[in-house]
Amino acid sequence: MTPPELFALAGVALFVAGLDGLIRRAHLLRRILALNIMSSGVFLVIAGLAKRGADGMPDPVPHALVITGIVVSVAVTGLALALMLRVAAATGSAELPDVRPE
Amino acid sequence: MRERRARPLQRAAAAALAWAPLLALGALVARALRTLPADEDAGLADAALDSLALSGLEHPVTAVLMSYRAYDTLLEIAVLFLAMLGVWSLARAPSLPAAPPGLVLQFLNQLLVPFLLLFAGFLLWAGSRAPGGAFQAGAVLAAAGVLVTLSGTATPRVPRALHRVLLLLGLGAFLVTGVVTAAAGGGFLALRAPAAKAVILAIEAAASLSIGLGLLAIFRGGRPRAGAGGEAP
Repeated sequence: MTPPELFALAGVALFVAGLDGLIRRAHLLRRILALNIMSSGVFLVIAGLAKRGADGMPDPVPHALVITGIVVSVAVTGLALALMLRVAAATGSAELPDVRPE
Repeated sequence: MRERRARPLQRAAAAALAWAPLLALGALVARALRTLPADEDAGLADAALDSLALSGLEHPVTAVLMSYRAYDTLLEIAVLFLAMLGVWSLARAPSLPAAPPGLVLQFLNQLLVPFLLLFAGFLLWAGSRAPGGAFQAGAVLAAAGVLVTLSGTATPRVPRALHRVLLLLGLGAFLVTGVVTAAAGGGFLALRAPAAKAVILAIEAAASLSIGLGLLAIFRGGRPRAGAGGEAP
C-alpha cells in the first residue's frame, strides 16, 4: 500500500467516524464537530488521490478542490454555530429533544 | 416512565447495529478507491501543466483556482459572503469583556500582528509561482484580526460604509472582471496571458481583504454594533 492510498483510507475512516457522530449525537455542537471530521476525511481522500502515480508531480486540480472545500467548510461551520447559538437562546438547550416513543 | 439505562448487552447490540452499516459503507468506499486507475495518465496534471503558459501564472494550483476554474472560486467567495450575511442576520455581535489583556497576549500581539500582516502580503504575492494565494492570505489576515479582537485592546474602528465596501470588494472585483471579459468577447472570466497575471493578482488582493474581513465577521458571531467612529470589523 502506497502512502497516498494510506491517506485515502484514513480519510474514509474519518468520514465514517464523523457520520456516526452526525447521526447518533443529539448535541448540536457535537454534530457540527462531526460534520467537520467528515469533511476532513473527504479532503484527505481527495488530497491522497491527487498523487496516485508512482512519481511526477501531484495533480493540481484535486488540491484546488480541497482549498475550495476548506473555505466552504469554514463558512458552513460559522453559520452552523450561529444557528446553534440561536437554537440555544430560543429553547434553552443546544441539545436536540429525545423523540423516542415512550 | 421506562427505565432509561439500558443493560450492557443491549447497549453493545445497539452500537453494533449502528456501526455495521457504517463499517460496510467504509469498506465499500475503500474498495472503490482501490479500483481507481493508478497510472501516470490518470488525473489532470498534464492538462494543467500544458496550459500553464496560457494562464500567465507559474503555479498550477493557483492556475486551477484563478484561471481554469475561476468560476468555482467566484462562487466560493460568494458562499463565504452569504454565510457572513447569515451570521449577521441571526444575531448582534456579542460585546467582548473589557478585561485588560494579559501580558503574554499583549506581547504576542505586538510581535505577531505586524508579522501576520506582512506574511499575508507575502502569501498573496508568492501565490503566482509557489504555494499561497488569496485564501491563504485571507486566512492569515483573519487570524491577525482574531488576535486583536481577543486581546480586547482598542479594536480599530472603520467607517460603516468603508467596512461594507471592503467586505464586498473581492466578489465585486471578480464579477466586474467577468462582465468586462464577457463584453470584450472572450467569455465570462476568460483571462489570457499576458494581461492575466496582473488582473488575477489584483482580484486576489481584493479577495484576500474581503476573505480576511469576512472570516473575522463570522468569528465575531453577529452583525457589528454601531459606535462612535464607525464599527469594529
